[in-house]
Amino acid sequence: MSDKDFVLAVEGLTVSFDGFKAVNDFSFYVEENEIRVIIGPNGAGKTTVLDLICGKTKSTEGSIKFCGKELTKMSEHGIVHAGVGRKFQNPSVYEDLTVFENLELSYPKGRNVFGALGFKRSQEVLDAIQETAEMVFLVEMLDQSAALLSHGQKQWLEIGMLLIQNPSLLMLDEPVAGMSVAERKKTAELLRKITKDRSVIVIEHDMNFVADIANRVTVMHQGKLLSEGSMNHVQNDPKVVEVYLGH
Amino acid sequence: MTNSSSQRLLTPKEIGSYAFLALILLVVLPMSMDVFRLNLVGKYLSYTFVAMSLVLCWGYGGILSLGQGIFFGLGGYCMAMFLKLEASSPENTAIQSTPGIPDFMDWNQLTALPWFWEPFNNLGLTLLAVVLVPGLFAFVIALAMFKRRVGGVYFAIITQAVAAILTILIVGSQGMTGGINGITDLRTLLGWDIRTDDAKFILYFVCVFFLFACLLLCQFILKSKLGRLLVAVRDTEERVRFSGYNVDNFKIFVFTFAAMLSAIGGAMFTLQVGFMSPSFVGIVPSIEMVIFCAVGGRLSLFGAVYGVLLVNFAKTTLSEAMPEVWLFALGALFIAVVSIFPDGLAGLYKTYLEPTVDKIFGPLYKKFKQILPSRGSAVKSN
Repeated sequence: MSDKDFVLAVEGLTVSFDGFKAVNDFSFYVEENEIRVIIGPNGAGKTTVLDLICGKTKSTEGSIKFCGKELTKMSEHGIVHAGVGRKFQNPSVYEDLTVFENLELSYPKGRNVFGALGFKRSQEVLDAIQETAEMVFLVEMLDQSAALLSHGQKQWLEIGMLLIQNPSLLMLDEPVAGMSVAERKKTAELLRKITKDRSVIVIEHDMNFVADIANRVTVMHQGKLLSEGSMNHVQNDPKVVEVYLGH
Repeated sequence: MTNSSSQRLLTPKEIGSYAFLALILLVVLPMSMDVFRLNLVGKYLSYTFVAMSLVLCWGYGGILSLGQGIFFGLGGYCMAMFLKLEASSPENTAIQSTPGIPDFMDWNQLTALPWFWEPFNNLGLTLLAVVLVPGLFAFVIALAMFKRRVGGVYFAIITQAVAAILTILIVGSQGMTGGINGITDLRTLLGWDIRTDDAKFILYFVCVFFLFACLLLCQFILKSKLGRLLVAVRDTEERVRFSGYNVDNFKIFVFTFAAMLSAIGGAMFTLQVGFMSPSFVGIVPSIEMVIFCAVGGRLSLFGAVYGVLLVNFAKTTLSEAMPEVWLFALGALFIAVVSIFPDGLAGLYKTYLEPTVDKIFGPLYKKFKQILPSRGSAVKSN
């Protein structure tokens, strides 16, 4: 298969920390508009895979092709400019700034030093912020300091900060961790809405949530691919049951 | 503040703050002090440039520099080199074995002006050098450190090491720099004697003028998106990086800008005090600057200015009365700032005084707002 058919093609990806291979010869492919969920026990290398894709960690071997571009050689901000957005496991928002300012800083304009000095809040920016805030249920909170948001609201804000950049690949690391049941429902609904024109990779432990949103599921174990397919398929895979679901 | 208020450079309240500072610096102090005291204030004011630079790079950007004395000193040395060359005309130095070069070079058996002194024969080049030499030096340090992702405490220690190295270098190359004594006996600026009372009076106002120009420039930066980005980098650097910003470049920018700001202060110091020496380059003055800034409030430009002035007034008063007490007082003050009021005087003002001040001046601000032309677009004020 040629790489062109996939939004993201990860092949033979390996990263070694002092000899320990956190990710070992890992390959997977994400199609356009797909929601892919990665599951696996703790320490399986899920977060490391996202780190490798977004450039936070440099790979030892292997290739990551995103829309035909090789990401392993690119800078972190270059990868973002190419259209990859990443949400971290712990919600990381700018706590000393307001929700409005958090979204404003994420708006993809004026990203170099002098661009930032001359940045103007045009109507276009204001509209984008308003629209995004509505989507992530924070429109009432725009003027509040991000530090005052609840844990779940911070998660939403960070998702909003990614959405305003309109990435073609969105990577979410445990987006519903620490959320109430009601918040989880809202988030699942949000994810379905935002995946209309982009691919999404989600790391998640909550099996109900996974079943709710996933097109396909990739199971990782000890840095390697264990199983891949529909939720139904992996749930019935004896290897998966043994290392993960069985517990 | 709401999203619908306009984003202008100066709100009526800030105009009030500028007016109050201007009233103190331009009217109250010059009218109530003799030239000797006013010149002392001018010397303190030259430190405010460094304190402001620390507000930008430490308070907002989270980059603690324990080496701002480097840039203050370099700026001061550049100015001093020009003034020294002017004071070392062949007529003035006729008794030297090599007339026409600064006296300390002659004492050190130098027979020609070192090459890097040549540009300082020209005032235009000197003024450029005052800003560009420290700027370039800071740029190189920042480039080397931030591109390698060195930050936090490690960066602070490295700036301190550079300050120590530079001091040793200056002291060690006595023939070219004047050594431990520094560059002294500065007399005229383009023939205008800077040692007279009149000159000191005028230089004080020049210093205040530059102070306000730099305040406005800093305010412009902090109010731009770059200012908010600095706060964001301080909070969560990773998030900024993975939002598509090259964080290193922003840090390099703010550190370099802060260095240039400090250098302007250094040049004003040389002009008003009449000499420059390694004792303003090293670790101690650099840390003192951080204390000034912390006492004033590292998140407030005005706080930093008042902090410098008050700490230095206290220093002068106390060391005139009880010289041995001053260092203990300074130490106690620093501990108090760190443990009791971390936002400094500006923080105290904001909590206790500002509500009262707002009550008194609130109606005035409102009236002002109506007079000022609105910029129209519905954007958010900072």
